[in-house]
Amino acid sequence: MIKGMSIVTVWVLDQDRAKEFYTEKLGFEVRTDMSIGEGGGGMRWLTVGAKDQPDVQLTLMVPSSPGLDPESAEALRTLVAKGVLGAGVFTTDDIHGDYEALKARGVEFVQEPQERPYGTEALFRDDSGNWFSFTQPRAEMDFSKPWDGCTSS
Amino acid sequence: MDRDWAEPLDLDAVAAHAGYSRYHFIRAFKGAYGSTPGQYLTRRRIERAEELLRSANLSVTEICSLVGFSSLGTFSTSFKRQTGLTPSGYRDLYVGRAAAVIPGCYAMLWYGGRDARAPGPDARAPGSDACAPGSRTPGSDARAPGSEDRNSQEAE
Repeated sequence: MIKGMSIVTVWVLDQDRAKEFYTEKLGFEVRTDMSIGEGGGGMRWLTVGAKDQPDVQLTLMVPSSPGLDPESAEALRTLVAKGVLGAGVFTTDDIHGDYEALKARGVEFVQEPQERPYGTEALFRDDSGNWFSFTQPRAEMDFSKPWDGCTSS
Repeated sequence: MDRDWAEPLDLDAVAAHAGYSRYHFIRAFKGAYGSTPGQYLTRRRIERAEELLRSANLSVTEICSLVGFSSLGTFSTSFKRQTGLTPSGYRDLYVGRAAAVIPGCYAMLWYGGRDARAPGPDARAPGSDACAPGSRTPGSDARAPGSEDRNSQEAE
């Protein structure tokens, strides 16, 4: 039986920079940072995770050879750079406080916290351009709140 | 040899590339490196195997083929000669009870490399990824010239 999700791939453009962003700005911890193989033929296995959630980690992967053919790697890099890849939802129990804290550390938010039926949600991008939802979930759905910014105030 | 250590290397071709006859090449190589080309290559491959045994959850057979050995027997013998341990004994010693840190599918994908062939027009079958985005898909070999026809779909 499947017990859960343990590793999620996030495509990044530069592993050193991503490592710095995820640890210093988002406050994640580095779980593994090791290389196997050498030079361009090897791989760097870099994973980070939230301190309160030891059983889930993100692996920060660079789209490159030899794991990907050049055409696919280039296509992925383009998508990342365009900012169309949404990589998931992070949850918090203090959206307003964390929003201010992350913003102060230089995290680029594309939406400030907004009330939604499912919770209070902000959106930010990582340093490669991947967007994440940052949400404080509600205990119960509240349908008096708008689904998005356009439907009502 | 340092770059393509996992590929089957043909000594005559390597020698010819260097502009030497086979025997002169072996002598010159041994003079420079202290071991024959074959010994040198084996050493490099075993080093990589050690690394994979420590870090990735792949079977010994998978590692054997990833680092370029075609026979498990040769691999085990060479491994034992170089490290003093069998591949699985080595793994037990270094990894112990703890799980290897890199899932085998990722190691296979990156370390083994994708086949360096031009992707055909139907290169990727959506949804057939075995493990992660970008896993190698058998269908990507279908139209490559000179491929071993492992999964040929006979497109014509």
